[in-house]
Amino acid sequence: MIEIGDLRFSYDEGDFSLEIPELKVADGETVAIVGPSGSGKTTLLNLIAGTATPRSGRVTTNGYEISGLHDAARRDFRIANIGLVFQEFELLEYLNVLDNILLPYRINPTLRLGTGVRERAEALAKRVGISDKLARFVNHLSQGEKQRIAVIRALVVQPPLLLADEPTGNLDPLNKDRVLDILLQYAEKNAATLVTVTHDHDILHRFQRVIDFKDFYDHATELRINSIVRS
Amino acid sequence: MRDVVYLAWRYLVYNRWKSAILITSIMLIVYLPIGLNVVVEQSAEHLTARAAATPLLVGAKGSPLELTLNSLYFSSENPELIDYSEATLVAESGLADAIPLYVRFHSRSHPIVGTSLDYFSFHNLSFAAGRPMAVLGECVVGATVAESLGVKPGDAVISSSETVFDLAGVYPLKMKVTGVLDPVFTPDDDAIFVDVKTAWIIEGLGHGHQDLARPEAASGVLSRTNDNIVANASVVQFNEITPDNADSFHFHGDLAGYPLTAVLAVPKDEKSGVILRGRYTDDDANSQIVRPVTVIDELLDTILTIQQFIVAAVIIVGLATIATAALVFLLSLKLRRREIDTMHKIGGSRGRVASMLLAEVFIVVMMSGTLAAAITMVTWRYGPGVIESFVLA
Repeated sequence: MIEIGDLRFSYDEGDFSLEIPELKVADGETVAIVGPSGSGKTTLLNLIAGTATPRSGRVTTNGYEISGLHDAARRDFRIANIGLVFQEFELLEYLNVLDNILLPYRINPTLRLGTGVRERAEALAKRVGISDKLARFVNHLSQGEKQRIAVIRALVVQPPLLLADEPTGNLDPLNKDRVLDILLQYAEKNAATLVTVTHDHDILHRFQRVIDFKDFYDHATELRINSIVRS
Repeated sequence: MRDVVYLAWRYLVYNRWKSAILITSIMLIVYLPIGLNVVVEQSAEHLTARAAATPLLVGAKGSPLELTLNSLYFSSENPELIDYSEATLVAESGLADAIPLYVRFHSRSHPIVGTSLDYFSFHNLSFAAGRPMAVLGECVVGATVAESLGVKPGDAVISSSETVFDLAGVYPLKMKVTGVLDPVFTPDDDAIFVDVKTAWIIEGLGHGHQDLARPEAASGVLSRTNDNIVANASVVQFNEITPDNADSFHFHGDLAGYPLTAVLAVPKDEKSGVILRGRYTDDDANSQIVRPVTVIDELLDTILTIQQFIVAAVIIVGLATIATAALVFLLSLKLRRREIDTMHKIGGSRGRVASMLLAEVFIVVMMSGTLAAAITMVTWRYGPGVIESFVLA
């Protein structure tokens, strides 16, 4: 599903840089990435999603070398193949719950919004217990409900890859479990790959593999991943 | 495109107050110069048409504008008065027909125009119902008056006192409606027409009262000589002219000295008009003759100059408003940076996201333009009437 080789990345400004000689994530694998803040976990997700482009090396996602695609193609690929979940939910306050879930279908002509999609969105909403809140504005919902909506927004296009950046960071234990259940059940049912960045070590046992950026400093070769923070 | 417009619309609806203020501001900036132009153009057309149809006006020396506005548009500002003999002079000159005008009194808000039957033929006024006034105390009402007061031939209207405190002067005269005019969309629609003598009765220059020779009036008689009877205020005065009391109505003194506000002079031909105007060039004369179209043109010149200043001011304010609106939009983009980034991150196309933002601007501009057009239409329909009511009040 994901193959990274000889990747070098740095921002135009600042001292941060990231080097990854090799990283492979198999189809249907669930992976948790942990590590200290600023070590490059979110940057890695951005590189996989194609919202950041490496200085050199290659990033192949679902068989496409996303780092080699031009911007419009990367967007088209991302909207159809990658479901993104953010720690801060990133819902649009002026849209109701259903419109937030269907947002991907309205912002890229690659996806077509039809009756089937609406039914799927409503079914997902029902499955996570928010089907009675589809007409509400998101500002009036709890944190747990907001994150469930954000997760459904990522799932509604039925992507083969889910990238979640601290999806449980702002949730209480009960909602944390619910959101993880939704993500993991989707991955299992659809043979989708799930890569999650998290600081929460209590949930690591639920993933098939854990990549710890901190360990890298001691065991880079074993993890076959290289991250450098230059100060 | 439908999705783009939908998202833009949802944003505008959610931020409805911000959107409403923006739309209103732009609407006003679009509307003000156009609406003002419509009002001025239509008012000018309206005013000029009536003035052009009125060749000459004879009135007391003073403000030609006041004389014209009173005589043509029945404004409430009364010009200085002239004697009825001026009408006789014009008529006897053989140069023009003379139509007397005495525009001073009102029935509620409707002006009562004391004139002669020639007024109807001069202005080509036709009757929707009834007939012209024939005797004292009868009146003909314009189309608007008939509608607003709900009167028809056979009903009555009552003149109003000139002021609330005018208890002893002009007293209410109940006048019988004999005809209703067809609408002509001029001030004639809003007027009540009476014979000039009826107007004099409203003023109290002519009156009807109990026959003092009759025994029941004896208690009111203070003294009686061969030619003169002096009575006190207990003598009953009639405030309605009926067939029974019509004979008792009479005028004291010489009618030639009775008041008019103007004489509408209709020259036989252009040359006669020039000669007639020449007769009023004497600086010592107490009266003047004016060409209404000239007076109204001067008024419109003033209005147009004011309009140009207003339009210039509106354009400057408009530029400032557009700059402010652009600033609001840019600040809004900055505030929505995170939302826009989210759309890009999950795979929103640059074109769609940009189109959504542009659609918001487009919808705001379209709604502003539509509202401005709607209000301009309303202005086109009702504006001139409102403006004229201000100008002529």
